[in-house]
Amino acid sequence: MARYILRRLLLMIPVLICVSFVVFFLMDLAPGDIVSQMAPADATPEQIEMLREELGLNGTVLQRYGRYLWNLLHGDMGTSLSLKRPVIEVFVERLPATLKLAFASIVIALAISIPLGIAAATHHRTWLDGSSVVLSMLSVSMPAFWLGLLLIFAFSYRIKIFPSGGSGTFKHLILPALTLGTEQAGNLTRITRSSMLDVIRQDYLRTARAKGVSEKYVIRKHALKNALIPIITVLGSTLGNAFGGAVAIETVFAWPGIGRLTVAAINSRDMTLATGCIIMFTLMLNMTLLVVDIAYAYVDPRVKARYSK
Amino acid sequence: MARKNKKAAASGQKEYKKRSLAAEVWRNYKKNPSAMIALFLVIVIVFVAIFAQFFYDFKKDIVKQHVKEKFQKPSAEHWFGTDNYGRDVFTRVIYGTKYSLSVGVVAVAISCIVGVSLGLIAGYYGGVIEDLILRFCEVFTGIPSILMGVALMTAFGQSIGVLMLAIGLVYSPMYCRTTRAAVLPVRDQEYIEAARVAGVGDLGIMFNHVLPNALSPIIVQVTMGIASAILCASGLSFLGLGVPIPMPEWGAMLSEGREFMRDYMYLTIFPGLAIMITVLSFNLMGDGLRDALDPKLKQ
Amino acid sequence: MDNNLILDIENLVVRFETDDGTVRAVNGLNLQLEKGHAVGLVGETGAGKTTTALSILRLVPDPPGVVECEKLLLDGQDIINMPIKDLEKIRGKDVSMIFQDPMTALNPVFTVGEQIAESIFLHEDVSKAEAYKRALDMLELVGIPAERANEYPHQFSGGMKQRVIIAIALACHPKLLIADEPTTALDVTIQAQMLDLIRSLREKYSTSLIMITHDLGIVAEICDEVAVMYAGNVIEKGTLEDVFNRTKHPYTEGLFNSIPNLNDRKVMLTPIKGFTPDPTNLPPGCAFEPRCPYACENCLKEQKDIYISDTHFVRCSRYEEDGFSIDRKEIQ
Repeated sequence: MARYILRRLLLMIPVLICVSFVVFFLMDLAPGDIVSQMAPADATPEQIEMLREELGLNGTVLQRYGRYLWNLLHGDMGTSLSLKRPVIEVFVERLPATLKLAFASIVIALAISIPLGIAAATHHRTWLDGSSVVLSMLSVSMPAFWLGLLLIFAFSYRIKIFPSGGSGTFKHLILPALTLGTEQAGNLTRITRSSMLDVIRQDYLRTARAKGVSEKYVIRKHALKNALIPIITVLGSTLGNAFGGAVAIETVFAWPGIGRLTVAAINSRDMTLATGCIIMFTLMLNMTLLVVDIAYAYVDPRVKARYSK
Repeated sequence: MARKNKKAAASGQKEYKKRSLAAEVWRNYKKNPSAMIALFLVIVIVFVAIFAQFFYDFKKDIVKQHVKEKFQKPSAEHWFGTDNYGRDVFTRVIYGTKYSLSVGVVAVAISCIVGVSLGLIAGYYGGVIEDLILRFCEVFTGIPSILMGVALMTAFGQSIGVLMLAIGLVYSPMYCRTTRAAVLPVRDQEYIEAARVAGVGDLGIMFNHVLPNALSPIIVQVTMGIASAILCASGLSFLGLGVPIPMPEWGAMLSEGREFMRDYMYLTIFPGLAIMITVLSFNLMGDGLRDALDPKLKQ
Repeated sequence: MDNNLILDIENLVVRFETDDGTVRAVNGLNLQLEKGHAVGLVGETGAGKTTTALSILRLVPDPPGVVECEKLLLDGQDIINMPIKDLEKIRGKDVSMIFQDPMTALNPVFTVGEQIAESIFLHEDVSKAEAYKRALDMLELVGIPAERANEYPHQFSGGMKQRVIIAIALACHPKLLIADEPTTALDVTIQAQMLDLIRSLREKYSTSLIMITHDLGIVAEICDEVAVMYAGNVIEKGTLEDVFNRTKHPYTEGLFNSIPNLNDRKVMLTPIKGFTPDPTNLPPGCAFEPRCPYACENCLKEQKDIYISDTHFVRCSRYEEDGFSIDRKEIQ
C-alpha cells in the first residue's frame, strides 16, 4: 500500500511539469504585456527593458520557462507580478476560503444525494424515484451561477436573511455552499441511484435477506457498502470540481477563493501567479484522486488486494 | 432463476424477427416519454437556431438600442421585457439560440475528432502509445476545465471560434477515455483477428470494425457532451470570456442582466431558463439514448 | 399427522407481472414434507422450482412477483400472513436457503467470518464476539480452517465459497434447509464433496431438506421423496421407489428416458420432443399435453392429483381411465 502511494506521488511530478509547461506557454501567447502596464506611462523603451530584466521576464519564452522550472523544482513558485508578493503566500492566504466552500458544499451535496439516491432506488418506479430523477436532472442541467443569482434574488434581495456576497461569517457561507452543493447533489444522486439499483439486483442481498437480515440493514449495511464504490469515484471528481470549477460561483458571490484569484491572474497576464495557481490546483486535484483511490481500498477488499501486489 | 430464463427465451425469440440496430434503438427510445419530449425540444431548438436569423435582422432587432424603451417589464409587446438598452429580451434569447447550439455542436465535433481518434489509437495499439496518450489526457483533466478554458480564451483571443476550439479541446480527454474503454473489450474479439487475417489494414480495422462496435457509449457521450459544452460556454461568457458582446449569447446576457438584478430580475431569469431547457433536453435525450442502446442497463 | 409436517403448501400460485405480460411461474402447487425428510424437487430449468423455494421464505421479488396461496405452513406457522418482523426471525433460523451460484451469493465487501457471524448474532441471544467465535466453529465444521475467517469471498474458490454458504445456512441449525441446485456451478469432484457435506450435516442436526435439482442422480443419493415439477406444478410426487420404480407421469417417464444408461449403452436416448411451454401463455389443462405421447382430449380440461397410494400421487387425468399405463415398466 505504501509503495502504491509513493508510486502515485512520484507519477504526479511529470504531470505537474507538463501542466506548468502548457499553462506557461498559453500565458505567453496571450496578447498584452504586463511589463508595459507596470512601467510608468512616460517610461522610455530602455526603462521598460530594464524593468523586464529586473522582473526576470527577459529572453525567449523557453529561457524564461527554463528559469521558472528550475526555481519551481527548488520549491520556489516565484513572485506574483501584479500583487508583488510571493505566489505561494497569496495562494495560501486564499486557500482556506476555497476549502471552506468546497467542504461545506460537499456536506450539503452528500446530505441531499445519498438519502435521496437510496430512496429512489429502493422505491424504483414510484413517484419518489421519478421526482428524484427529475430533480437531479434539473440540477445538472442548470448553470450553477444562475442558480446562485436566483438564490441571491430570493434570499438577500426579497427576503433579506443572507448577504448577497463577500465572506467572513457563517451566514456568508450559506448561499454559495448551497449553490455549489445543489449542483453537485444532482450528479451524486444520479450515481447513487444507479449504483444502488445495480447492487439491489445482486444475489448476495438475497442471501442476506434469507439469513433474516431486516430490510433496513440489507440496504444500509449490505447494499450501501457495495454501492459506495462508484459513488466515491464521482465524489472525487466532484471535490476537484468544487476546488477549481467554482470560479463562476465565486464570482457571483464575491467569494475570495483561488478560482477567482486564478482568473484574475490570467486576466492581468500575471503568468507566475496564474501558472502557480493552476499547478497548485492540479496538485490538489491529483491528491484528491489519490485519496479517493485509497478510500476504495477501505471499501472494496478486492481493490486493496490489487494495491498490495 | 426461472424468470430470468424465461426472459432470455423471450428475447431469443425476438431476435428471429430481424431488425436493423437503428430501428431497434428507435423502438426502445420511443417507449420513454421523457426522452421523446426531449427529442421534440431538441428538434424545436435546432429549428429555432437555424431559422431565427431569417426572421430577425441582427442590426435592427438584436443590437440596435432603444433607450426610451429600456427596462420594460414583460408584457404582450415584449414577452420577456426589455434590457438596459431597450432591446427586446425575447428576440435576443431566440436569436441567441444559434450561438449556444453552434458552440455546443462544433465544440463536441472537435472533441470527437481529437478524442475519438486518440482513444481509438490508444485502445487499438495498446502498450507505450496507450500509456502516452493516457498520460497526456491525465495532464489535461488535471486542470479544472473552466480554468483551462479561461487560459485558452486568454491566449488565443476572445471570439466564438476560439470558444468552440477551447471547449472542444478541454473536453477531448473525456472522449478519448470513453472511446478507449469502449474499444478495449472489442480489441480482442475474434472478428478483429479475422479481419486482420483477411488482410485489412490497421486503419480499416479501426474505422470499419472496431469503431462501429464501440459506438454506443460514444453516441451517448456526444449527446450529453453537447449539454456540458453549452453549459461550459455559458459559464465562460458569464465570466466575460466567451462570445463577445453585443452578440446575444445567453451567458453574456445573464452577465449583463446581473448588474440590474435587484430591480429587473427577468433580465437574468429568461436567458438562464433558455440555457437550462436546452441543456436539459440534450441530457434527457442522452439518457434516453443510453437506455435505448443498452436495454440491459435499464431495469 | 399435520403436526408432523415441517412444510405444508396448498394451491400456491406465483406470477410475475412484467411489461411483456404475466409470467405464470407457479400454478396451484401442492407440497407436503414430513419432519426430518428430504424431498427432491426435480424439473427442467424454468419449471418454477426456485420460485417455489423463494415463496417459502417469502423472498419472491415484489414487484413484479405476486404470491397467492391457500395454505403455506412452515412447522405449523402461517408464512403467508406473517408480519415481516416475525418473518425476519424465521429466515435463517427456522428455514435457510443455499443458493445456486456461490460466486455471487456472498457479499464481496464483508469477510466470510462476518457473514456467518451475522446470521448467528441475529438469531441467537449472544454477543458479537460470541457469534464470531461460533462462526469459526461453523467454518471448521464445513471444512475450512478457522484462520481464513477474516478473508474476503474473492480469496476463495467456488467450492470453498459454497462451503461458506452452507455454513451460513446451517449456522442456526434450521429445521428446514432449502438447497437450490447447490452443486450445479461446481466441478464434478467438488459436487460429491458438497453432497456428502450436506448429507452429514443434515443427519447431525436432523434438518428437513428440499433439494432443488435437475439431476435425478443427486435425488437418488440424498432424498427420501421426489416431487417432479413441470410448468409451475408438481405433476408427480412419491417416495424414491414410487417415482423411480413405479413411474406414473408421462413427463417423469420422459425425464428417465433422457438419462444415458451406463449399464446398457446400446439403449437409445429418447429425448422429450418440443420445448417447455411459454410461461406467459400456458396451454389449458395439462401443460405437458402438447408434448405428451399419451395425450387425449381429456387432457385439455383441468387436472387433479390422483393418488396411486398413500405416498404417491400423479397429476394426470389419464389415470382416471381404468387400465391406463405408460410404457415404462415398473421395477420390482
